[in-house]
Amino acid sequence: MDLKIKIGKLKLENPVILASGTAGFGKEMKDFIDINKLGAIVTKTITLNKRKGNPPPRVIETPGGLLNSIGLDNGGLKDFMFEKISFLENLKIPVIVSIAGDTIDEFVELARELSKARCIRAIEINLSCPNIRHKNTKFPLLAQDRRAVEKIISRLRKTTTNTLIAKLSPNVADIKEIAKAAEHAGADAISLINTYPGMLVDINTMKPKLGGVTGGLSGPSVKPLALKCVRDAYNAVNIPVIGMGGIMDARDAVEFFICGASAIQIGTANFVNPGVSLEILEGIKEYLKKKKIKAIKNLIGKLKI
Amino acid sequence: MKQFKAKIISNKKIAPGHYILSFKAPKTAKNTKPGQFFNIRVSQTYEPFLRRPFSAHKIARNKIEILYKVVGKATEILSMKKKGDILDVLGPLGNGFDLETGVSSVFLVAGGHGVAPLYALAEQIIRGKSRALIFIGGKTKKHIVSDKELKELGAKVYISTEDGSKGYKGLITDLVIRHCKAASRLAMTTIYACGPKPMLKEVAKLARRYKMPCRVSLEEYMACGIGTCLGCAVKTRTGFKLVCKDGPVFDSREIIWT
Ligand SMILES: Cc1cc2nc3c(=O)[nH]c(=O)nc-3n(C[C@H](O)[C@H](O)[C@H](O)COP(=O)(O)OP(=O)(O)OC[C@H]3O[C@@H](n4cnc5c(N)ncnc54)[C@H](O)[C@@H]3O)c2cc1C
Ligand SMILES: Cc1cc2nc3c(=O)[nH]c(=O)nc-3n(C[C@H](O)[C@H](O)[C@H](O)COP(=O)(O)O)c2cc1C
Ligand code: FES
Repeated sequence: MDLKIKIGKLKLENPVILASGTAGFGKEMKDFIDINKLGAIVTKTITLNKRKGNPPPRVIETPGGLLNSIGLDNGGLKDFMFEKISFLENLKIPVIVSIAGDTIDEFVELARELSKARCIRAIEINLSCPNIRHKNTKFPLLAQDRRAVEKIISRLRKTTTNTLIAKLSPNVADIKEIAKAAEHAGADAISLINTYPGMLVDINTMKPKLGGVTGGLSGPSVKPLALKCVRDAYNAVNIPVIGMGGIMDARDAVEFFICGASAIQIGTANFVNPGVSLEILEGIKEYLKKKKIKAIKNLIGKLKI
Repeated sequence: MKQFKAKIISNKKIAPGHYILSFKAPKTAKNTKPGQFFNIRVSQTYEPFLRRPFSAHKIARNKIEILYKVVGKATEILSMKKKGDILDVLGPLGNGFDLETGVSSVFLVAGGHGVAPLYALAEQIIRGKSRALIFIGGKTKKHIVSDKELKELGAKVYISTEDGSKGYKGLITDLVIRHCKAASRLAMTTIYACGPKPMLKEVAKLARRYKMPCRVSLEEYMACGIGTCLGCAVKTRTGFKLVCKDGPVFDSREIIWT
């Protein structure tokens, strides 16, 4: 059975990837799963300078999901290059580093510095975190601003030969338009969805349940929304689409492939079960066997209408 | 691997709303320190969605016990588990209590079911031949658990309730202060505390006043319990720290109480 997949220059042994912000920098997962059996790992988003993140509470359970307002808490580029990278260097699978900048120049500097590290061959551009504000756009999210998306990606394209993945938001008027903009600007792939903005209120105190007031929704409750975005993006562009949003088991994963995902990312499900991504990989193999499909490639976008 | 399926040995009601659940953990128990916790999935459905953290209450050779209070969905489901049922467990997680060497006596301060991790610690202290004084406070006598077991262990137990239905009437910190005043060589006495935040804040204050070292075990909402989600942040003097990874036990001077 052929599970191999190509994303830009990246060759993945299988299409199951750990999503940004849900697997730390790999090391945190090492007592719970053999990461080397997966397709790839995306790190927590890093920024140029250290960010302390949002005040607690930062996570709260919702019916069928999770609302978070972490606020891109991370140690910054230096902490990544000097501390976090050492575990990643020893992994056998591709490491995708997620980046976010307050300005275009910050994105560029991050990409330039990361390109110097040999173990990093792909960058996921986080254009869609609902928990921070950007200087380059009037929109709440970069991923809502077609021009900003184009500008950032074309600058990054000139900065690095690494594979570039644009991570998009479901919270847009027309995902097709944004996906096309990313493709035209030089992205090698698109990944979606990031979390959907939301909030919850404690009726006793009348205060928001999250310290950051609003947050991003993930988990099973966003899956239908994510599948629609993946299908729309798949129909709009010729580069691979990496799908995610509420994938809890192999059946969820297969739905994403059918809607056009070339690979999938597992996010919130890692919190519920840190070993789940390998279980999903096994489940995908079983499905392909049962359906007598020889290669995962033959499943991508096979939606019958 | 720190994820395992554990068979439930027993799940007993010990007081109204309070239970002790014992599960098999032959490989895990010997690596578990007092103050560490387990992140337990109580249902294979998505309701409740996340795991729930519970401290090690008793650490035996082949098994772990947790003491929990029913406060919502997950603890309700847990209370209905039977002998032989299987739990999906992550752990041991977190740093645990570090016993300082050379201390002659230890004050343990618990608010209600905050006594859960302090029992395991008391056991370790008494085994190490130090003196353990444990202070347990609660709203009413219904909120006081584990006092008998701690007495049997050889700890000196002091109780307070807000309504006076058991022990001293008032706050547990009042009782602790009395002993601070009485005890000489306080510098040799460490405080370990677990309970609601307002109580821990008061304990931290009195530790500062009497110049006693003090460790507190904190709670925060958790999604992963293993340091990946960055959800369980607490404010400290050196920035946000993670309750699940850097804690749950912190030096009380480190915490910025809000
Ligand atoms: C490290 C750690 C160790 C713990 N050890 C124990 C233990 O040994 N015994 C024990 O009984 N409990 C312990 N707890 C608390 C226990 O995890 C919660 O009581 C449990 O998650 C509640 O789940 P539930 O679904 O029953 O309640 P829910 O329906 O989730 O909540 C019920 C109520 O409790 C509040 N609540 C729930 N979890 C938290 C939290 N983490 N912080 C603040 N408020 C909260 C909710 O806001 C709500 O008002 C520990 C918590 C942590 C973080
Ligand atoms: C706690 C948490 C933290 C996250 N942090 C990031 C992040 O730093 N960067 C990013 O691009 N996405 C982040 N995400 C979004 C996930 O990578 C993913 O896009 C989203 O959660 C949807 O997938 P899921 O439903 O499988 O979780 C985070 C999600 C959660 C729940
Ligand atoms: S609970 Fe996820 S980092 Fe602590």
